[in-house]
Amino acid sequence: MPLEDYKRYGRQMILEDFGLPAQLKLRNARVLVIGAGGLGCPALQYLAAAGIGTIGIVDPDEVDVSNLHRQVLHTSLRQGWPKVLSAKAAIESINPAVHVIPHITSLNSTNAFPVISSYDIVLDCTDNPPTRYLISDACVALDKPLVSGAAIRYDGQLCVYNLPLQSGDRGPCYRCLWPTPPRQEEVGTCEEIGVLGTVTGMIGVLQAQTAIQLIVGLGPYAPNEVGVPTLLIYSALASPMFRSLKIRPKRNDCPACGREGGARELVEKGEYVALCGGMREDLEGSGKRKGQGRVGVKELEARRAEVDVLDVRSKEEFSICHLPEAHHVPLNTLLHDPLAQLSPGKDTYVMCKLGNDSQVAARALRDALGSGADRVKDVVGGLRAWSREVDQSFPMY
Amino acid sequence: MEDEKTITVKLVFGGGVEVLFSNKRNQSITIPAQAPASGSHPSRPADLRYLILWMSESLLTDRKELFVDGETVRPGILVLVNDTDWELEGELDYELQKGDEVVFISTLHGG
Ligand SMILES: [Zn+2]
Repeated sequence: MPLEDYKRYGRQMILEDFGLPAQLKLRNARVLVIGAGGLGCPALQYLAAAGIGTIGIVDPDEVDVSNLHRQVLHTSLRQGWPKVLSAKAAIESINPAVHVIPHITSLNSTNAFPVISSYDIVLDCTDNPPTRYLISDACVALDKPLVSGAAIRYDGQLCVYNLPLQSGDRGPCYRCLWPTPPRQEEVGTCEEIGVLGTVTGMIGVLQAQTAIQLIVGLGPYAPNEVGVPTLLIYSALASPMFRSLKIRPKRNDCPACGREGGARELVEKGEYVALCGGMREDLEGSGKRKGQGRVGVKELEARRAEVDVLDVRSKEEFSICHLPEAHHVPLNTLLHDPLAQLSPGKDTYVMCKLGNDSQVAARALRDALGSGADRVKDVVGGLRAWSREVDQSFPMY
Repeated sequence: MEDEKTITVKLVFGGGVEVLFSNKRNQSITIPAQAPASGSHPSRPADLRYLILWMSESLLTDRKELFVDGETVRPGILVLVNDTDWELEGELDYELQKGDEVVFISTLHGG
Protein backbone atom coordinates (compact mmCIF):
# COMPACT_ATOMS: atom_id res chain seq x y z
CA MET A 1 0.00 0.00 0.00
CA PRO A 2 1.39 3.48 -0.85
CA LEU A 3 2.89 5.29 2.12
CA GLU A 4 0.34 8.12 1.96
CA ASP A 5 -2.52 5.65 2.31
CA TYR A 6 -1.44 4.68 5.84
CA LYS A 7 -2.25 8.25 6.77
CA ARG A 8 -5.35 8.51 4.61
CA TYR A 9 -7.00 5.37 6.00
CA GLY A 10 -5.32 5.30 9.43
CA ARG A 11 -8.41 6.32 11.36
CA GLN A 12 -10.51 3.53 9.99
CA MET A 13 -7.68 0.97 9.98
CA ILE A 14 -7.18 1.30 13.74
CA LEU A 15 -10.78 0.26 14.35
CA GLU A 16 -11.40 -3.03 16.07
CA ASP A 17 -11.58 -5.90 13.53
CA PHE A 18 -10.31 -3.62 10.75
CA GLY A 19 -6.53 -3.24 10.45
CA LEU A 20 -4.51 -3.49 7.27
CA PRO A 21 -6.22 -6.68 6.08
CA ALA A 22 -9.61 -4.93 5.92
CA GLN A 23 -8.14 -1.95 4.08
CA LEU A 24 -6.57 -4.27 1.52
CA LYS A 25 -9.92 -6.03 1.07
CA LEU A 26 -11.51 -2.68 0.29
CA ARG A 27 -8.73 -1.87 -2.17
CA ASN A 28 -9.20 -5.18 -3.97
CA ALA A 29 -12.98 -4.89 -4.01
CA ARG A 30 -15.04 -4.10 -7.09
CA VAL A 31 -18.38 -2.44 -6.32
CA LEU A 32 -21.07 -1.56 -8.86
CA VAL A 33 -23.39 1.35 -8.09
CA ILE A 34 -26.47 1.40 -10.31
CA GLY A 35 -27.95 4.90 -10.33
CA ALA A 36 -25.89 8.05 -9.66
CA GLY A 37 -28.80 10.00 -8.15
CA GLY A 38 -30.02 10.71 -4.63
CA LEU A 39 -28.92 7.34 -3.24
CA GLY A 40 -25.97 6.75 -5.57
CA CYS A 41 -24.21 10.06 -4.87
CA PRO A 42 -23.78 9.67 -1.11
CA ALA A 43 -23.04 5.96 -1.53
CA LEU A 44 -20.32 6.70 -4.09
CA GLN A 45 -18.87 9.49 -2.00
CA TYR A 46 -18.31 7.27 1.03
CA LEU A 47 -17.22 4.20 -0.94
CA ALA A 48 -14.59 6.30 -2.69
CA ALA A 49 -13.41 7.99 0.49
CA ALA A 50 -13.11 4.61 2.25
CA GLY A 51 -10.76 3.38 -0.46
CA ILE A 52 -12.78 0.91 -2.53
CA GLY A 53 -10.36 -0.01 -5.33
CA THR A 54 -12.75 -0.20 -8.27
CA ILE A 55 -16.16 1.42 -8.55
CA GLY A 56 -18.47 1.00 -11.54
CA ILE A 57 -21.27 3.53 -12.04
CA VAL A 58 -24.35 2.94 -14.22
CA ASP A 59 -26.71 5.78 -15.17
CA PRO A 60 -28.13 6.99 -18.49
CA ASP A 61 -29.15 10.48 -17.32
CA GLU A 62 -27.67 13.94 -17.25
CA VAL A 63 -27.22 16.31 -14.33
CA ASP A 64 -30.34 18.45 -13.90
CA VAL A 65 -30.81 21.38 -11.57
CA SER A 66 -34.01 19.82 -10.12
CA ASN A 67 -31.89 16.99 -8.70
CA LEU A 68 -29.12 19.00 -7.05
CA HIS A 69 -30.89 19.22 -3.67
CA ARG A 70 -30.18 15.54 -3.12
CA GLN A 71 -27.62 14.40 -5.71
CA VAL A 72 -24.75 15.87 -3.81
CA LEU A 73 -21.82 14.81 -6.01
CA HIS A 74 -23.12 16.86 -8.92
CA THR A 75 -22.65 20.60 -9.13
CA SER A 76 -24.35 23.59 -10.68
CA LEU A 77 -21.45 23.94 -13.08
CA ARG A 78 -21.83 20.36 -14.33
CA GLN A 79 -25.49 20.65 -15.38
CA GLY A 80 -25.97 18.74 -18.61
CA TRP A 81 -23.04 16.38 -18.01
CA PRO A 82 -23.77 12.66 -17.94
CA LYS A 83 -24.27 11.91 -14.23
CA VAL A 84 -21.76 9.08 -14.48
CA LEU A 85 -19.00 11.44 -15.62
CA SER A 86 -19.95 14.11 -13.11
CA ALA A 87 -19.78 11.51 -10.32
CA LYS A 88 -16.45 10.24 -11.69
CA ALA A 89 -15.02 13.77 -11.57
CA ALA A 90 -16.23 14.20 -7.98
CA ILE A 91 -14.77 10.85 -6.90
CA GLU A 92 -11.42 11.62 -8.49
CA SER A 93 -11.15 14.82 -6.53
CA ILE A 94 -12.00 12.98 -3.29
CA ASN A 95 -9.68 10.04 -3.86
CA PRO A 96 -7.67 9.85 -7.08
CA ALA A 97 -6.56 6.28 -6.33
CA VAL A 98 -10.06 4.91 -6.99
CA HIS A 99 -10.47 3.33 -10.40
CA VAL A 100 -13.87 4.46 -11.72
CA ILE A 101 -15.53 2.56 -14.56
CA PRO A 102 -18.27 4.62 -16.24
CA HIS A 103 -21.30 2.90 -17.77
CA ILE A 104 -23.36 5.66 -19.43
CA THR A 105 -26.42 3.50 -20.04
CA SER A 106 -29.49 2.21 -18.30
CA LEU A 107 -29.34 -1.39 -17.20
CA ASN A 108 -31.34 -3.68 -19.50
CA SER A 109 -31.71 -7.39 -20.11
CA THR A 110 -28.97 -7.34 -22.77
CA ASN A 111 -26.25 -5.58 -20.81
CA ALA A 112 -27.12 -6.72 -17.27
CA PHE A 113 -24.89 -9.81 -17.25
CA PRO A 114 -21.82 -8.31 -18.96
CA VAL A 115 -21.99 -5.16 -16.81
CA ILE A 116 -22.60 -6.83 -13.44
CA SER A 117 -20.47 -9.95 -13.79
CA SER A 118 -17.06 -8.38 -13.10
CA TYR A 119 -18.11 -6.83 -9.77
CA ASP A 120 -18.26 -8.37 -6.28
CA ILE A 121 -21.17 -6.40 -4.83
CA VAL A 122 -24.03 -4.44 -6.40
CA LEU A 123 -25.78 -1.38 -4.95
CA ASP A 124 -29.29 -0.75 -6.27
CA CYS A 125 -29.66 3.03 -6.19
CA THR A 126 -32.29 3.21 -8.93
CA ASP A 127 -35.74 4.75 -8.85
CA ASN A 128 -38.17 2.44 -10.65
CA PRO A 129 -39.70 -1.02 -10.18
CA PRO A 130 -38.77 -2.65 -13.54
CA THR A 131 -35.05 -1.94 -13.03
CA ARG A 132 -35.24 -3.16 -9.44
CA TYR A 133 -36.64 -6.55 -10.51
CA LEU A 134 -34.05 -6.82 -13.29
CA ILE A 135 -31.13 -6.03 -10.97
CA SER A 136 -32.35 -8.55 -8.41
CA ASP A 137 -32.76 -11.34 -10.97
CA ALA A 138 -29.34 -10.63 -12.48
CA CYS A 139 -27.71 -10.67 -9.04
CA VAL A 140 -29.36 -14.01 -8.26
CA ALA A 141 -28.18 -15.46 -11.58
CA LEU A 142 -24.62 -14.19 -11.04
CA ASP A 143 -24.59 -14.94 -7.30
CA LYS A 144 -23.85 -11.37 -6.19
CA PRO A 145 -25.06 -9.82 -2.93
CA LEU A 146 -27.36 -6.87 -3.62
CA VAL A 147 -27.48 -3.88 -1.29
CA SER A 148 -30.78 -2.27 -2.13
CA GLY A 149 -31.84 1.21 -1.05
CA ALA A 150 -34.98 3.21 -1.73
CA ALA A 151 -36.27 6.56 -0.54
CA ILE A 152 -39.18 8.87 -1.15
CA ARG A 153 -40.81 11.72 0.75
CA TYR A 154 -39.50 11.38 4.33
CA ASP A 155 -39.10 7.57 4.21
CA GLY A 156 -36.35 5.15 3.30
CA GLN A 157 -35.68 1.41 3.19
CA LEU A 158 -32.54 -0.69 3.12
CA CYS A 159 -32.17 -4.42 2.53
CA VAL A 160 -29.46 -6.85 1.48
CA TYR A 161 -30.93 -9.34 -0.97
CA ASN A 162 -29.26 -12.59 -1.96
CA LEU A 163 -27.19 -12.35 1.21
CA PRO A 164 -24.68 -15.21 1.60
CA LEU A 165 -25.58 -17.12 4.79
CA GLN A 166 -23.41 -19.26 7.00
CA SER A 167 -25.46 -22.28 5.97
CA GLY A 168 -24.12 -21.86 2.44
CA ASP A 169 -27.56 -20.82 1.27
CA ARG A 170 -28.64 -17.31 0.30
CA GLY A 171 -31.09 -14.92 1.89
CA PRO A 172 -34.27 -13.90 0.05
CA CYS A 173 -34.15 -11.99 -3.23
CA TYR A 174 -36.19 -8.91 -4.08
CA ARG A 175 -38.90 -11.11 -5.64
CA CYS A 176 -39.13 -13.26 -2.51
CA LEU A 177 -40.09 -10.20 -0.48
CA TRP A 178 -42.09 -8.38 -3.17
CA PRO A 179 -43.46 -11.15 -5.42
CA THR A 180 -45.99 -8.91 -7.17
CA PRO A 181 -45.17 -5.37 -8.29
CA PRO A 182 -47.59 -2.71 -7.07
CA ARG A 183 -49.95 -1.16 -9.58
CA GLN A 184 -48.33 1.69 -11.43
CA GLU A 185 -50.66 4.36 -10.08
CA GLU A 186 -49.54 3.38 -6.57
CA VAL A 187 -45.88 4.05 -7.33
CA GLY A 188 -45.08 7.68 -6.62
CA THR A 189 -41.95 9.25 -8.06
CA CYS A 190 -39.71 11.82 -6.42
CA GLU A 191 -40.85 14.30 -9.05
CA GLU A 192 -44.53 13.80 -8.25
CA ILE A 193 -44.56 13.38 -4.48
CA GLY A 194 -41.19 14.75 -3.41
CA VAL A 195 -38.20 13.59 -1.40
CA LEU A 196 -35.98 15.21 1.21
CA GLY A 197 -32.29 15.15 0.25
CA THR A 198 -31.14 14.08 3.69
CA VAL A 199 -33.42 11.03 3.50
CA THR A 200 -31.82 9.72 0.30
CA GLY A 201 -28.53 10.70 1.96
CA MET A 202 -29.21 8.56 5.03
CA ILE A 203 -30.06 5.51 2.95
CA GLY A 204 -27.25 5.99 0.42
CA VAL A 205 -24.68 6.28 3.21
CA LEU A 206 -26.11 3.15 4.84
CA GLN A 207 -25.77 1.33 1.51
CA ALA A 208 -22.09 2.28 1.37
CA GLN A 209 -21.62 1.23 4.98
CA THR A 210 -23.31 -2.12 4.36
CA ALA A 211 -21.11 -2.73 1.31
CA ILE A 212 -18.00 -2.00 3.39
CA GLN A 213 -19.21 -4.38 6.10
CA LEU A 214 -19.92 -7.11 3.56
CA ILE A 215 -16.48 -6.73 1.96
CA VAL A 216 -14.62 -6.68 5.27
CA GLY A 217 -16.92 -9.11 7.09
CA LEU A 218 -18.02 -6.87 9.94
CA GLY A 219 -20.84 -7.09 12.48
CA PRO A 220 -23.77 -9.13 11.20
CA TYR A 221 -21.69 -10.00 8.12
CA ALA A 222 -18.72 -11.42 10.05
CA PRO A 223 -17.81 -14.95 8.94
CA ASN A 224 -18.88 -16.48 12.28
CA GLU A 225 -22.34 -14.87 12.19
CA VAL A 226 -25.39 -16.78 11.00
CA GLY A 227 -26.74 -13.85 8.98
CA VAL A 228 -30.36 -12.88 9.53
CA PRO A 229 -32.11 -11.19 6.60
CA THR A 230 -33.54 -7.89 7.79
CA LEU A 231 -35.28 -4.93 6.25
CA LEU A 232 -34.34 -1.60 7.77
CA ILE A 233 -37.01 1.06 7.55
CA TYR A 234 -36.38 4.71 8.23
CA SER A 235 -38.68 7.64 8.54
CA ALA A 236 -37.60 11.14 9.38
CA LEU A 237 -41.09 11.73 10.80
CA ALA A 238 -41.49 8.59 12.93
CA SER A 239 -40.29 7.95 16.44
CA PRO A 240 -38.12 5.90 16.56
CA MET A 241 -36.73 6.84 13.16
CA PHE A 242 -35.25 3.41 12.46
CA ARG A 243 -36.77 -0.06 12.76
CA SER A 244 -35.08 -3.30 11.86
CA LEU A 245 -37.54 -5.95 10.72
CA LYS A 246 -36.89 -9.65 10.44
CA ILE A 247 -37.90 -10.88 6.99
CA ARG A 248 -38.74 -14.27 5.50
CA PRO A 249 -36.09 -16.69 4.17
CA LYS A 250 -35.94 -17.25 0.44
CA ARG A 251 -39.11 -18.76 -0.97
CA ASN A 252 -38.94 -22.20 -2.49
CA ASP A 253 -41.53 -21.13 -5.04
CA CYS A 254 -39.70 -17.93 -6.03
CA PRO A 255 -39.46 -17.80 -9.83
CA ALA A 256 -35.97 -16.25 -9.58
CA CYS A 257 -34.13 -17.88 -6.69
CA GLY A 258 -36.40 -20.86 -5.98
CA ARG A 259 -35.12 -22.98 -8.87
CA GLU A 260 -31.84 -23.42 -10.70
CA GLY A 261 -31.62 -21.23 -13.79
CA GLY A 262 -34.87 -19.37 -13.03
CA ALA A 263 -33.29 -15.96 -12.61
CA ARG A 264 -31.21 -16.27 -15.79
CA GLU A 265 -34.32 -17.14 -17.81
CA LEU A 266 -36.17 -14.16 -16.37
CA VAL A 267 -33.36 -11.77 -17.29
CA GLU A 268 -33.14 -13.21 -20.79
CA LYS A 269 -36.90 -12.88 -21.29
CA GLY A 270 -36.58 -9.28 -20.20
CA GLU A 271 -40.30 -8.67 -19.60
CA TYR A 272 -39.75 -6.20 -16.78
CA VAL A 273 -41.72 -3.24 -18.07
CA ALA A 274 -44.73 -5.47 -18.75
CA LEU A 275 -44.37 -7.09 -15.30
CA CYS A 276 -44.70 -3.64 -13.73
CA GLY A 277 -47.75 -2.57 -15.73
CA GLY A 278 -46.25 -1.29 -18.99
CA MET A 279 -44.56 1.96 -19.89
CA ARG A 280 -45.15 4.70 -17.39
CA GLU A 281 -47.37 7.40 -18.72
CA ASP A 282 -45.65 10.68 -19.53
CA LEU A 283 -47.57 13.03 -17.27
CA GLU A 284 -46.49 16.15 -19.07
CA GLY A 285 -47.69 14.62 -22.36
CA SER A 286 -51.04 13.43 -20.99
CA GLY A 287 -51.64 16.80 -19.36
CA LYS A 288 -51.33 18.46 -22.75
CA ARG A 289 -53.71 16.18 -24.62
CA LYS A 290 -56.61 17.95 -26.24
CA GLY A 291 -60.03 16.96 -24.99
CA GLN A 292 -63.59 18.08 -24.58
CA GLY A 293 -64.04 20.96 -22.20
CA ARG A 294 -60.37 21.89 -22.20
CA VAL A 295 -58.99 25.34 -22.90
CA GLY A 296 -55.47 26.55 -23.62
CA VAL A 297 -53.47 28.90 -21.41
CA LYS A 298 -54.03 31.74 -23.92
CA GLU A 299 -57.78 31.51 -23.37
CA LEU A 300 -57.23 31.51 -19.63
CA GLU A 301 -55.10 34.63 -20.04
CA ALA A 302 -57.84 36.37 -22.04
CA ARG A 303 -60.65 35.49 -19.62
CA ARG A 304 -58.88 35.33 -16.26
CA ALA A 305 -60.67 38.39 -14.89
CA GLU A 306 -64.17 37.12 -15.61
CA VAL A 307 -63.94 33.41 -14.82
CA ASP A 308 -63.46 31.64 -11.50
CA VAL A 309 -60.03 29.95 -11.50
CA LEU A 310 -59.89 26.83 -9.31
CA ASP A 311 -56.41 25.52 -8.47
CA VAL A 312 -56.60 21.87 -7.32
CA ARG A 313 -52.97 21.26 -6.31
CA SER A 314 -51.90 20.43 -2.73
CA LYS A 315 -51.63 23.27 -0.24
CA GLU A 316 -47.84 22.95 -0.33
CA GLU A 317 -47.72 23.31 -4.10
CA PHE A 318 -50.18 26.20 -3.95
CA SER A 319 -47.88 27.91 -1.43
CA ILE A 320 -44.99 27.75 -3.92
CA CYS A 321 -46.75 29.71 -6.63
CA HIS A 322 -50.24 30.46 -7.90
CA LEU A 323 -52.16 32.89 -10.03
CA PRO A 324 -53.31 35.81 -7.82
CA GLU A 325 -56.97 35.30 -8.70
CA ALA A 326 -56.89 31.52 -8.20
CA HIS A 327 -59.05 30.03 -5.55
CA HIS A 328 -57.51 26.98 -3.90
CA VAL A 329 -59.39 23.70 -3.50
CA PRO A 330 -57.21 20.57 -3.17
CA LEU A 331 -58.34 17.76 -5.47
CA ASN A 332 -59.49 15.48 -2.64
CA THR A 333 -61.63 18.21 -1.09
CA LEU A 334 -63.16 18.95 -4.46
CA LEU A 335 -63.94 15.30 -5.19
CA HIS A 336 -65.58 14.99 -1.80
CA ASP A 337 -68.19 17.67 -2.57
CA PRO A 338 -67.79 19.07 -6.10
CA LEU A 339 -70.79 21.41 -6.14
CA ALA A 340 -69.69 23.26 -3.00
CA GLN A 341 -66.74 24.68 -4.94
CA LEU A 342 -68.61 26.39 -7.77
CA SER A 343 -69.20 30.13 -7.83
CA PRO A 344 -72.70 30.98 -9.05
CA GLY A 345 -73.06 32.67 -12.41
CA LYS A 346 -69.45 32.31 -13.46
CA ASP A 347 -67.57 29.95 -15.73
CA THR A 348 -65.05 27.84 -13.87
CA TYR A 349 -61.54 27.10 -15.16
CA VAL A 350 -59.79 24.29 -13.26
CA MET A 351 -56.01 24.07 -13.22
CA CYS A 352 -53.11 22.17 -11.71
CA LYS A 353 -49.39 21.79 -12.37
CA LEU A 354 -49.39 19.74 -15.60
CA GLY A 355 -53.06 19.37 -16.57
CA ASN A 356 -53.87 15.85 -15.30
CA ASP A 357 -55.56 16.36 -11.93
CA SER A 358 -57.49 19.29 -13.43
CA GLN A 359 -59.12 16.86 -15.88
CA VAL A 360 -60.20 14.62 -13.00
CA ALA A 361 -61.59 17.60 -11.11
CA ALA A 362 -63.39 19.07 -14.14
CA ARG A 363 -65.00 15.71 -14.89
CA ALA A 364 -66.27 15.46 -11.30
CA LEU A 365 -67.69 18.99 -11.48
CA ARG A 366 -69.43 18.32 -14.79
CA ASP A 367 -70.88 15.03 -13.55
CA ALA A 368 -72.21 16.78 -10.47
CA LEU A 369 -73.69 19.64 -12.50
CA GLY A 370 -75.48 17.58 -15.13
CA SER A 371 -77.08 20.30 -17.28
CA GLY A 372 -74.93 23.40 -17.65
CA ALA A 373 -71.84 21.28 -17.33
CA ASP A 374 -70.13 23.12 -20.16
CA ARG A 375 -69.47 26.13 -17.89
CA VAL A 376 -66.62 24.01 -16.43
CA LYS A 377 -63.35 23.92 -18.36
CA ASP A 378 -59.87 22.79 -17.47
CA VAL A 379 -56.55 24.16 -18.58
CA VAL A 380 -54.38 22.14 -20.97
CA GLY A 381 -50.79 21.77 -19.73
CA GLY A 382 -51.55 23.51 -16.40
CA LEU A 383 -49.20 25.99 -14.78
CA ARG A 384 -46.21 24.54 -16.60
CA ALA A 385 -47.76 25.58 -19.91
CA TRP A 386 -48.65 28.96 -18.37
CA SER A 387 -45.02 29.51 -17.38
CA ARG A 388 -43.84 28.61 -20.87
CA GLU A 389 -46.41 30.31 -23.06
CA VAL A 390 -47.83 33.22 -21.10
CA ASP A 391 -45.62 34.35 -18.23
CA GLN A 392 -42.00 33.27 -18.33
CA SER A 393 -41.39 34.90 -14.96
CA PHE A 394 -43.88 32.53 -13.31
CA PRO A 395 -41.95 30.12 -11.03
CA MET A 396 -41.96 26.47 -12.08
CA TYR A 397 -40.86 23.63 -9.81
CA MET B 1 -62.12 -0.49 27.23
CA GLU B 2 -60.44 -3.86 26.93
CA ASP B 3 -62.10 -6.92 28.42
CA GLU B 4 -62.23 -10.59 27.40
CA LYS B 5 -64.52 -9.69 24.53
CA THR B 6 -62.09 -7.27 22.92
CA ILE B 7 -58.41 -7.15 22.10
CA THR B 8 -56.20 -4.08 21.75
CA VAL B 9 -53.40 -4.01 19.20
CA LYS B 10 -51.07 -1.30 17.97
CA LEU B 11 -50.97 -0.42 14.30
CA VAL B 12 -47.95 1.22 12.66
CA PHE B 13 -47.97 2.56 9.10
CA GLY B 14 -45.05 3.57 6.92
CA GLY B 15 -43.74 4.00 3.41
CA GLY B 16 -46.87 5.89 2.35
CA VAL B 17 -49.52 3.54 3.77
CA GLU B 18 -50.14 6.12 6.50
CA VAL B 19 -51.63 8.44 3.86
CA LEU B 20 -54.62 6.06 3.68
CA PHE B 21 -55.07 6.29 7.46
CA SER B 22 -55.32 10.07 7.96
CA ASN B 23 -51.51 10.36 8.04
CA LYS B 24 -51.39 8.80 11.51
CA ARG B 25 -48.33 6.58 11.72
CA ASN B 26 -49.33 4.98 15.02
CA GLN B 27 -52.74 3.97 16.23
CA SER B 28 -54.03 1.82 19.00
CA ILE B 29 -57.23 -0.01 18.17
CA THR B 30 -59.62 -2.27 20.04
CA ILE B 31 -61.44 -4.94 18.09
CA PRO B 32 -63.67 -7.91 18.99
CA ALA B 33 -61.57 -10.78 20.33
CA GLN B 34 -63.73 -13.19 18.39
CA ALA B 35 -63.97 -12.72 14.63
CA PRO B 36 -67.44 -13.31 13.21
CA ALA B 37 -67.78 -15.88 10.43
CA SER B 38 -67.01 -14.41 7.03
CA GLY B 39 -66.95 -16.07 3.62
CA SER B 40 -65.66 -19.59 4.05
CA HIS B 41 -64.14 -18.76 7.44
CA PRO B 42 -66.05 -19.73 10.58
CA SER B 43 -66.12 -17.61 13.70
CA ARG B 44 -62.67 -17.80 15.33
CA PRO B 45 -60.30 -15.83 17.59
CA ALA B 46 -59.31 -12.58 15.87
CA ASP B 47 -56.56 -13.15 13.33
CA LEU B 48 -54.80 -10.98 10.75
CA ARG B 49 -57.46 -11.88 8.14
CA TYR B 50 -60.06 -10.36 10.43
CA LEU B 51 -57.88 -7.38 11.33
CA ILE B 52 -57.46 -6.46 7.65
CA LEU B 53 -61.21 -6.77 7.06
CA TRP B 54 -61.94 -4.74 10.20
CA MET B 55 -59.47 -2.03 9.15
CA SER B 56 -60.93 -1.76 5.68
CA GLU B 57 -64.44 -1.42 7.11
CA SER B 58 -63.75 0.75 10.13
CA LEU B 59 -60.69 2.86 9.36
CA LEU B 60 -60.77 3.37 5.60
CA THR B 61 -63.31 5.72 4.14
CA ASP B 62 -62.61 5.56 0.44
CA ARG B 63 -60.07 4.10 -1.98
CA LYS B 64 -60.06 0.74 -0.15
CA GLU B 65 -58.31 -0.80 -3.17
CA LEU B 66 -55.15 1.08 -2.19
CA PHE B 67 -54.99 -1.11 0.92
CA VAL B 68 -56.85 -4.36 0.38
CA ASP B 69 -56.96 -6.90 -2.40
CA GLY B 70 -59.56 -9.60 -1.67
CA GLU B 71 -59.01 -10.72 1.91
CA THR B 72 -55.36 -9.69 2.03
CA VAL B 73 -53.33 -6.50 1.54
CA ARG B 74 -52.58 -5.26 -1.97
CA PRO B 75 -49.27 -6.13 -3.67
CA GLY B 76 -46.46 -3.89 -2.48
CA ILE B 77 -47.59 -3.79 1.16
CA LEU B 78 -45.64 -5.88 3.65
CA VAL B 79 -47.14 -6.88 7.00
CA LEU B 80 -45.01 -7.45 10.07
CA VAL B 81 -46.08 -8.67 13.49
CA ASN B 82 -43.87 -7.55 16.36
CA ASP B 83 -41.09 -6.67 13.90
CA THR B 84 -41.25 -10.03 12.11
CA ASP B 85 -42.44 -10.70 8.56
CA TRP B 86 -45.96 -12.13 8.80
CA GLU B 87 -44.95 -14.92 6.45
CA LEU B 88 -42.94 -16.35 9.35
CA GLU B 89 -46.00 -16.11 11.60
CA GLY B 90 -48.71 -17.78 9.54
CA GLU B 91 -49.81 -14.77 7.48
CA LEU B 92 -53.60 -14.28 7.47
CA ASP B 93 -54.08 -17.10 9.99
CA TYR B 94 -51.87 -15.52 12.64
CA GLU B 95 -53.95 -15.24 15.81
CA LEU B 96 -53.64 -11.77 17.35
CA GLN B 97 -52.36 -11.52 20.90
CA LYS B 98 -53.06 -8.70 23.33
CA GLY B 99 -50.57 -5.85 22.77
CA ASP B 100 -49.32 -7.07 19.39
CA GLU B 101 -47.81 -4.47 17.15
CA VAL B 102 -48.72 -4.86 13.49
CA VAL B 103 -46.69 -2.87 10.94
CA PHE B 104 -47.95 -2.16 7.43
CA ILE B 105 -45.33 -0.73 5.09
CA SER B 106 -45.35 -0.09 1.42
CA THR B 107 -42.43 -0.87 -0.83
CA LEU B 108 -40.51 2.24 -1.92
CA HIS B 109 -38.95 2.74 -5.34
CA GLY B 110 -37.58 6.25 -5.45
CA GLY B 111 -33.98 7.22 -5.29
ZN1 LIG C 1 -36.35 -15.09 -4.62
